[in-house]
Amino acid sequence: MAEHLLLRHRDIPDIHRLEVYRAHGGFEAFRQAVTGMDPDQVTAEVKKSGLRGRGGAGFPTGLKWSFMDKRNWPHYVVANADESEPGTFKDREIMERNPFQFLEGVAIAAYAVGAERAYIYLRGEFWPVARWLDEKIAEMEAAGLLGDRLFGTDYSLRIYTHLGAGAYICGEETALLESLEGKRGQPRVRPPFPPQQGLWGKPTVVNNVETLTNVPLIIQRGADWYRTIGTEQSPGPKVFSLSGRVKRPGNYELPLGTTFRELIYEHGGGIIDDRPIKAIMAAGASSSLMVATDEALDTPMDYENPQKVGGLLGSASVIVLDDTVNIAWLVKKTVHFFKHESCGKCTPCREGTYWMDKLTQRIAAGQATRADVETLYSVAQQIRGKTLCALGEFSTMAVVTGIERFRDDFDAMVQ
Amino acid sequence: MNAFYEQHRDEIEAILAKYPPEHKRSAMLPLLYLVQREFGGHIPPEGMRIVAEILDVSVTEVDGVVGFYTLFHDRPGGRYRIQVCTDLPCALRGAEKFLHDLEDALGIKAGETTPDGLISLEEVMCIAACDKAPVFQVQTPEGLTYHENMDLEKALALVESWRQAQASTPAAEE
Repeated sequence: MAEHLLLRHRDIPDIHRLEVYRAHGGFEAFRQAVTGMDPDQVTAEVKKSGLRGRGGAGFPTGLKWSFMDKRNWPHYVVANADESEPGTFKDREIMERNPFQFLEGVAIAAYAVGAERAYIYLRGEFWPVARWLDEKIAEMEAAGLLGDRLFGTDYSLRIYTHLGAGAYICGEETALLESLEGKRGQPRVRPPFPPQQGLWGKPTVVNNVETLTNVPLIIQRGADWYRTIGTEQSPGPKVFSLSGRVKRPGNYELPLGTTFRELIYEHGGGIIDDRPIKAIMAAGASSSLMVATDEALDTPMDYENPQKVGGLLGSASVIVLDDTVNIAWLVKKTVHFFKHESCGKCTPCREGTYWMDKLTQRIAAGQATRADVETLYSVAQQIRGKTLCALGEFSTMAVVTGIERFRDDFDAMVQ
Repeated sequence: MNAFYEQHRDEIEAILAKYPPEHKRSAMLPLLYLVQREFGGHIPPEGMRIVAEILDVSVTEVDGVVGFYTLFHDRPGGRYRIQVCTDLPCALRGAEKFLHDLEDALGIKAGETTPDGLISLEEVMCIAACDKAPVFQVQTPEGLTYHENMDLEKALALVESWRQAQASTPAAEE
């Protein structure tokens, strides 16, 4: 891509400074929205752009905003900066290096849904990022970009940061809201969804950092322009976090619809020591294991196509696995993660991840039998579809697809 | 209100001001960070009672929150908690070996604290720096810092700098 639209600091290194951001058109979109557009017009433009949630679910952003219950006030916007999926490290770069574009996105979203308070929920590990954003928010207040009666209108807005304290589950939007209410981060029963009843029981939009960072572009340059990037079903740019056994891991901003091959071989420089690629996890540790066939490598990374080759895009956290990686070992790692992060609310997840952890440890230690692999598969299948949030389901993805697609790796480890 | 509140009134009021007064319970996590800092890196029962009083909730509810989140500690640890990520993407780039080497060099296992109380070594889940493995964060009572693209030499140099800082300011700890 010629021009970075999200990772703009790569083209304009000082864009984290307010005067530099403004000199490049920063906060024009927000001013334009507040002074010249009806909130519903803003939502309509975002809807028309086809922007889909970048946190993993790919839900249409404008549609989510339009679900806000207008009979129940006040409204809130919460930015999900809990970035915790193993393999995902894009939101941190955006907030650290291009903070104002993200904050402008928060502000526009707040205006669109009539919220006068917005919170940024950051994972506790992002303590320095939160302090950094606090400084940026203070600069915006001093410049009259946040506060009372903005741009001479009746609209007022304040943005606050809020730090979590170490819990993957708080990336799930209802668990995040529980945590923001000062409770343990355990998911709520849905419906009602947050646009009906969210923070403190009030209508709330929860959007991912990268999603919100797209918004100023859409308002400033228009939905039609935005749709020229990416694909028909998945418009726009996307930051792909590339990690694992590649030569150049890192964040790469590319149009949605770029192939896995281009990301891994052109941008990532290929596999370490030029070894054969074995499998791809496209959505971090929550992914199914895609067998890295030519067909899979040539698949466009958008919200539809990876499903045809046994994957899902999710948060586009592409973990690359080469032939040195034993899948039974890998499954032990992912299961251990989910066992640690299960919040304990739903029995199938709490107990299931515990048993899968025991079984995968035993398999990886070479102390298991073939029957243990069958038991592992069966436990995973029994978790699926029986939990309030997706964590339970996520914990089974690598297990089920690992056993189905890489059975030899398990057989080699058992007696 | 309690003596702790009186002592830290400005800071506590600034935290409470971020939330509508009728939802002050939302200040739970920030207040626990404050208490953890003031108690030198952990939250004892006394600290939970302080937060419970400020927020008008039971101590049991505060305890439940402390137990849920990994960055809150209900017992003392080292002044510096080295938290090494060994999750899948880091493990694919040598994080497990890095942790083992660090264990050997420090003479403690993950989950243990050095006898001088300076360092605790911990194994943690993904901290969103997968492209810069090996990576660890250092949690102190005051906050948290990231250390990326680490190797044993760099990690030990960091430890040495803490030892020297500790030795040169023996009474400045509290």
